Amino acid sequence: MAGLITALILLPIAGALFVGVARQNYARGIALSFNALTAIMAFVLWRNFDPAITGLQLVERHAWIPAIGAEYLVGIDGLSLLLVFLTSLIFPFAFFAQGAGRGFCALMLLMQAGLYGTFTAQNFVLWFLFYEMSLIPAFLLIKIWGGENRDRAATKFFVYTFLGSVAMLLAFLGIYFARGTFDFAKLAELGRTGLLTGNMAWLAFAGIFLGLAVKVPLFPFHTWLPDAYESAPVGVSMVLTGVLSKMGVYGFIRLLLPLFPREIQILGPWLLGLAVCSIVLASLAAWAQTDLKRMVAYLSINHLGYCMLGLFAVTAPVARPLPEMQAALSGVVMQIFNHGITAAALFYYVGLLEQRRRARGLNDFGGLMQRAPLLCGWMSVAMFSSLGLPGLNGFIGEFLIFKGSFALAPWPTAVATLGLLFTAIVFLRAMQALFSGPLAPSCSALPDLQRSEKWIVVPVTLLMFALGIAPQFIFNIFNTTVIQMTRLFA
Amino acid sequence: MTPTLSLFLIISAALFSIGLLAALSRRHAIFILIGIEMMLAAANLNFVAFWRFGPQPQSPTGVMVAIFSIAIAAAEAAVGLALVIAVYRHYRTTNVDKLNQLKG
Amino acid sequence: MNPWIVTHLWLIPAVPLAASLLILAFANSRRRTGAAIAIIGQLAAFTLAVIAFLPTLAEPGWRAVHNITWFTFGEHALRIGWVLDPLAAAMLLMITFVGLWIFIFSIGYMADDKNFTRFFAYLSFFSAAMLGVVIANSLLLLFVCWELVGLASYLLIGFWIHKPSAAAAAKKAFITTRIGDLGLFLGMLWLYSGSGTLLFYDDGNGCLEKAGLLALGAGATFVALLIFSGAVGKSGQFPLHVWLPDAMEGPTPVSALIHAATMVAAGVFLVARVYPLFSLGEIDGVTPSLLVVVWIGVITALMASLIALAQSDIKRILAYSTVSQLGLMMVSLGVGGVAAGIMHLLAHGFFKALLFLGSGSIIHGCHQEQDIRKMGGLRRAMPVTFVTYAIGMMTLSGVPLFFSGAWSKEDILHATLHWSRSPVPHYLMMAGVVLTALYMTRQMIYVFFGGPREASAQAHESPSVMAAPLIVLAVCSIGLGIVLTPAWPWLHDYLTGQATHFDMGQLIQPMLFVSFALVAAGIGLGFLFYRQAGAVDPLGRTLPALFRFLENKMWLDQLYASTVVAGSAMLSRASDWMDRFVWDGLVRGVGGLGQLFGIFSTNVDERGINAGVDESATGTRGLGRFMSGWHSGQVQTYMGAVAVGMLALLLLYAWLA
Repeated sequence: MAGLITALILLPIAGALFVGVARQNYARGIALSFNALTAIMAFVLWRNFDPAITGLQLVERHAWIPAIGAEYLVGIDGLSLLLVFLTSLIFPFAFFAQGAGRGFCALMLLMQAGLYGTFTAQNFVLWFLFYEMSLIPAFLLIKIWGGENRDRAATKFFVYTFLGSVAMLLAFLGIYFARGTFDFAKLAELGRTGLLTGNMAWLAFAGIFLGLAVKVPLFPFHTWLPDAYESAPVGVSMVLTGVLSKMGVYGFIRLLLPLFPREIQILGPWLLGLAVCSIVLASLAAWAQTDLKRMVAYLSINHLGYCMLGLFAVTAPVARPLPEMQAALSGVVMQIFNHGITAAALFYYVGLLEQRRRARGLNDFGGLMQRAPLLCGWMSVAMFSSLGLPGLNGFIGEFLIFKGSFALAPWPTAVATLGLLFTAIVFLRAMQALFSGPLAPSCSALPDLQRSEKWIVVPVTLLMFALGIAPQFIFNIFNTTVIQMTRLFA
Repeated sequence: MTPTLSLFLIISAALFSIGLLAALSRRHAIFILIGIEMMLAAANLNFVAFWRFGPQPQSPTGVMVAIFSIAIAAAEAAVGLALVIAVYRHYRTTNVDKLNQLKG
Repeated sequence: MNPWIVTHLWLIPAVPLAASLLILAFANSRRRTGAAIAIIGQLAAFTLAVIAFLPTLAEPGWRAVHNITWFTFGEHALRIGWVLDPLAAAMLLMITFVGLWIFIFSIGYMADDKNFTRFFAYLSFFSAAMLGVVIANSLLLLFVCWELVGLASYLLIGFWIHKPSAAAAAKKAFITTRIGDLGLFLGMLWLYSGSGTLLFYDDGNGCLEKAGLLALGAGATFVALLIFSGAVGKSGQFPLHVWLPDAMEGPTPVSALIHAATMVAAGVFLVARVYPLFSLGEIDGVTPSLLVVVWIGVITALMASLIALAQSDIKRILAYSTVSQLGLMMVSLGVGGVAAGIMHLLAHGFFKALLFLGSGSIIHGCHQEQDIRKMGGLRRAMPVTFVTYAIGMMTLSGVPLFFSGAWSKEDILHATLHWSRSPVPHYLMMAGVVLTALYMTRQMIYVFFGGPREASAQAHESPSVMAAPLIVLAVCSIGLGIVLTPAWPWLHDYLTGQATHFDMGQLIQPMLFVSFALVAAGIGLGFLFYRQAGAVDPLGRTLPALFRFLENKMWLDQLYASTVVAGSAMLSRASDWMDRFVWDGLVRGVGGLGQLFGIFSTNVDERGINAGVDESATGTRGLGRFMSGWHSGQVQTYMGAVAVGMLALLLLYAWLA
């Protein structure tokens, strides 16, 4: 089935065009129907995907700009497919979360197309194009529809990530001039024996690392994130944390690890240190926040820190037992998916609270359990999922990451478990402030979950349970890919 | 006293100088024209003199040039006079001091 | 061929779980239905537990496991499973049975609560999680259920969520136990990477079997200690015991079920379950990890029974009593008396549930008053409660011969006596027995004897739905003693996997007299000391400083608040500050540098390049203006200039030539 992936990428763009000419009131409806189409498309993709085959599938390759080695080359493996699913899940969720006009919907759809492209492109030029295509709508969305301090936050977000992108672009140009290809698969093949030599290798590594570390974000390149998430409108925050931050992790898995195994191994302890800092310091900082959105934003850094821990643990040590590597890498991929859902859900709930109370400080609420038990109950599920309670989706990924990393790098992993404790403290403190105690006067008229909101909340929560209890169906998608990758590193 | 080239040239130079003086010092346009004609005459004289004392005095090239030059001078005088008259009609004067429209 | 129940052991936790979900989903507003579903679920679990119990009787030390694959990651399967052995079967019976009666008691106790059905849903959920812990044959499954137990405890402690103190206590419980759980988590990771499996028993390949232990080697000590830290958190051992007394903010049935009979016992159970890890490489029954277990247990037991002496909240006294009894069980496990510890755990499950339910009945009768100094003379107003409570009290104190607690305690004292390392725990535990009898007597006298005080004047006996569980549990507290006596140590041998023989001659042992003397001393002292107890505690009168020290729980809460809690809160603020000012400061610094460069570049542009262009334009214009002055419009001037120019050219020509 040729053209499936292209169709998937083009659908949201077509949607954006449609929205652009439609009436203001219909915008969200159109956006959602196009999302239904992309969801069907993703499903078809899955039907045509054979999880037993290693390597790329459903590849489409066309000449594009031969002079600079740019090809139109898209294809999926298990990891890509999982992220395509995640995108297809989070976007409708985000559209439901927010009343949205024409421009908003059009930009969101453009971003969606960019994300599909990013997760399927297998040639750097194409990949970079999509990568930036998702960045610019995000900037505009924050800048135009954001809350307080939106100008500053949007500029910071854009300039910071863009600087990273530029560094990455330069690094790839260097690689291209040295090795003459932009093709990910070929580069990975070359990477096994050393892609570049000497200072050039370090420069290229630094450029790519910077670009991806900013995107993830990895400590200490994270300071754009709390501001951006705080100022962004709810739907955009959901997408930012649910999908956009995964581009960075995806980039680490797809680019940095295969291309520069030697460099990562040399820097291993330092990188692990950064990951641990991400985990511990971000969760500590989250504890100090009183703004709910900022709090969730910091926890997002913390959770992505687990991903980074797993990734660096896979590549850092000299001795690499295969089972542990597979555990860590599977955990990372699982965590990507789970965190996307959970964090988006958390932002959704914060959005519900903010929409009801016109405030989102921890101290603006109190005793909600008496007034809105359903809202509190369902929100608690998301919180417990985020703090890694077994039986919910957060646990699976974290357990596997810790299992793998502990065997590969015991000390950093041991320190990182502190993050689990602090996350628990943060959420319990939030629950105490929001749900318990006497009903705050300002919340005395706060409505409980509406019927329409239940229709969104229930499936998402059920998904969390399903992923936490019987996650095999997700593992099936990417197991082969993980095996192939770990074999590559071992 | 035998006529020599120098003699003619001196006469010509004198004539030119007188013409120049007239052109520069007189205020009336007609006189300036006359001065210019005099300078032209001096130049014609030079042509003839150089021809006469030149290497090929047989072929009448110098005279031919002089005749051409005189013809042009006549035409120029005609144009000049016509201009003077036009100027006079416009400004009611031919005093060149008054005619400074080209002043930068 | 395993019996049917082994492969379907998962049904035991699944039934209460299903009940819980059913209640939450469909019976939120139907009180009777909700309670009925919960009790039927519990009854079904109990029935299944009995069915599971039967095959374990077949031969001593019988054990059957059933393992399944949870999921496959990479090329590896993560397996979990369940195990049925005497330990699990006994625990299953105790939990489902005690739980059933607590459920029934709750109907009466929670009758006026507007979230009645939710309470039953949580109780069922708790029961499911706890049963999951018991049947787990994989440390991972155990950990999963362990955390769910923690969640259930959190939900139930904070059940009266409108009370800020309840919410704070719930949070404290969850976080304090999670500190221990981090250790358990790390221990699990270590165990997994060391032995390659988390299954306890797997046809010789499990982590508690030869191959697994061999692979683990010297790491076992650390793994055991890390796992023990989880037990310390859950079982309220020093130094993580601080949450347990606060957990009494929850409704009393919760205290009975979770914080006395079952959940807090999970720590003891865990240690017993992974005992091979602790005893690996023992010399005379001593390993470093077991030493830690013993001393933590000793400290906890003594500290808690001392604190219990000076508390005035009826439930808090029982809570500290629980802590001290758990300490006692830990000591027993540590010195090698695994069966004795578990026997005491089982007996404790009955009589502590009885005591808590009794206290619930008292609190219910005294209109939610919990201060024993305001009660008094209740023996007449609440006779059933009085008699059952007295039985509970005597079982806890260890009055010999008739009460189950005495036999299990005696077994523990035996075990400590034969410990090879040091006799100190033995003597300290004997002191603990005296203290236990003392504080229980104090409580009895305050609550039931003397004349009525302010809260007990209007007291009334509880309805039969609450009284019946008390009677049943009291009967059990006595009846269980039958299988504990040295004459017929059935339970002991059942747990250790030996055949039992009846031998009446074993009944009377020297230890019996010793413990009789100890208990008599404790109760006698109590009567002497507290007979005239009034508003001021006699101990407070005689030793005010010590009393205040104990009354304030040795100031441990304050110590933690000012060190660990304040310290980590400060760390969090520091981290926030670092984020705002250092890391973001760096970013802003770089941004500022960019801006500085921008300003500089603007200046260069405006002052340098732009100004240069402007200047030269002005200059050209000035020159033009100057030159235009030459254009006088005087034709003659021009001509003069021409003439001069020509002259100059002539001169130049002449000079050059």
